[in-house]
Amino acid sequence: MGKTLAEKIWADHVVSSKEGEPDLLYIDLHLIHEVTSPQAFDGLRLAGRPVRRPDLTIATEDHNVPTLNIDKPIADPVSKLQVDTLRKNCAEFGVRIHSLGDVEQGIVHVVGPQLGITQPGMTIVCGDSHTSTHGAFGALAFGIGTSEVEHVLATQTLPLVRPKTMAINVTGKLKPGVTSKDIILAIIAKIGTGGGQGYVLEYRGEAIRALSMESRMTVCNMSIEAGARAGLIAPDEITFEYLKGKPHAPQGADWDAAVAYWKTLQSDSDAKFDKEINLNADELEPFVTWGTNPGQGLPLNAKVPNPADIADAEERGAAERALTYMGLTAGTPLKDISVDTIFLGSCTNGRIEDLRLAADILKGKKISGKVRMLVVPGSARVRLQAESEGLDKVFLDAGAEWRTAGCSMCLGMNPDQLAVGERAASTSNRNFEGRQGKGGRTHLVSPLVAAATALRGTLSSPADL
Amino acid sequence: MDKYTTHTGTVLPLRRSNVDTDQIIPAVYLKRVTKSGFEDGLFGAWRNDPEFVLNKPEFAGATVLVAGVDFGTGSSREHAVWALQNYGFKAVISSRFADIFRGNSQKAGLLTVVLPQDDVEAIWSAVEEDPKTQITVDLENKNVRYGAKTVAFVIDDYTRWRLMEGLDDIGLTMKKIDEVSAFEAKRASYKPKTLPVLS
Repeated sequence: MGKTLAEKIWADHVVSSKEGEPDLLYIDLHLIHEVTSPQAFDGLRLAGRPVRRPDLTIATEDHNVPTLNIDKPIADPVSKLQVDTLRKNCAEFGVRIHSLGDVEQGIVHVVGPQLGITQPGMTIVCGDSHTSTHGAFGALAFGIGTSEVEHVLATQTLPLVRPKTMAINVTGKLKPGVTSKDIILAIIAKIGTGGGQGYVLEYRGEAIRALSMESRMTVCNMSIEAGARAGLIAPDEITFEYLKGKPHAPQGADWDAAVAYWKTLQSDSDAKFDKEINLNADELEPFVTWGTNPGQGLPLNAKVPNPADIADAEERGAAERALTYMGLTAGTPLKDISVDTIFLGSCTNGRIEDLRLAADILKGKKISGKVRMLVVPGSARVRLQAESEGLDKVFLDAGAEWRTAGCSMCLGMNPDQLAVGERAASTSNRNFEGRQGKGGRTHLVSPLVAAATALRGTLSSPADL
Repeated sequence: MDKYTTHTGTVLPLRRSNVDTDQIIPAVYLKRVTKSGFEDGLFGAWRNDPEFVLNKPEFAGATVLVAGVDFGTGSSREHAVWALQNYGFKAVISSRFADIFRGNSQKAGLLTVVLPQDDVEAIWSAVEEDPKTQITVDLENKNVRYGAKTVAFVIDDYTRWRLMEGLDDIGLTMKKIDEVSAFEAKRASYKPKTLPVLS
């Protein structure tokens, strides 16, 4: 019997395998940031261990950093200590770091791909659950905790139990105004936040093949919101084209050898997945979440659901709680919901194509007087690219704020937060209670919906303009 | 890591599903660079409500958390495990855990036990009736006992062994480090390196 893509990559990285034990898996790339690494470096120091492969490790500052006045010291002393600790640790252990102000600084999952160090067939880990983003290249990439960060620093391996595999077949063609963000929100709504638990997801089908690399990253990014640690897409010409010429992409004969290997990275036609899910892209509409977990989403044309209509008692209770927290009434058309904040950014939708999509909608227009809009590029490079295309002017002329790179309001660790009761349309990945600031309310949307909503002040798609 | 064989204590019944790690410890509390002191941030937002179960005096001192389905979803922050441990919890019972949270807890020595939702409901009812109910979470015998009830749970032998011995994963892997070196010697030359810096 053939193998799935995930099984092939797994098999290529097994260092040691023994009955009754997890496999010991080699890790090709370890990405690091300031929040989940300090305790891991401490552990190394206590045990007197070096970083085994600094040349397979890279750090950037993203979760905690301000997106304003980055030429000045970080104002919050606790945030500053965490960032300073990362700098000190990287210097002590010889790890490459891209600090605030560096042209390669940015959200860790934006930086890897743009440097070309994210490549097909690799195993990639980071102390961040959205590491699944890198799966868009046909890499097995997943988030880990701090104990595992220390383990990878010390040994460049991880003991892991082989996950099950799930195929998600997306057939058909997306309508104009519908994006890869809507695909993944629809998938999560369909299988639920626990649906992917224990699986690696492989996104397949013509609708996936038609996506650009950046759109594929948006899909894989939110695999974790479906409960899966990793999601991946087999590499193809679009992948190779994206990688070619990137700073760390293979060159010359290495490029040819790499591409020859990458072309083998497909699930075999007779491979068997543990589970298969089908979705028709023809039927998709712009999607939005109404609740407090990413599975609580609906097409924008729908109404806020009535918990009484939900058969499952657990889900009904969760829906009731969510509506209370979100301050919503069952039966309200989603498009009647007013927001006061728009967040365009994050590792989900903070890349140049996302900014272009939104800028295209905003060009020559003004955002509603009732909303503030934060545009936070995913990396310093994305920011520079956007500025070279004049997108910053489009955003500023429309009345939005143009910031520097970081995770920002996706998780509100830095000063970019919602106030109590504020409501955001956000291109990020989590609508959990308080995620974007204590008492804040989040509706997850695509960049197109975010831009249209900014103009109208109510949840809207470009077709409503 | 402390060894875990069996633990007996009282229960905090958390009747909520999809308790994500942002609820267990909100991001603003993640700025510490140590593994201790996170107890203040445990359920940081929910705790503001005096009616929240963690604030109820009858459940003070509970060491076993029993929560609804899909506990620990979301962010990979191990701080969620540390916050629970720092607060005094030794074990968490739920009908389904998120993969990363479960992995983190097993690394840090917080026992996570999966029981069917019916059993979770039965424990909730029992401890709401009598908050002093003692519960034993026995890893050695792979069961949970309270009152007259004994409920078996499944855990893989390897994880059970590691937890019972309090073993450090890195130490175990170091015993195989020659195999790691042998693997590295065979890696393809086109695999990317982060050093030297190329641009």
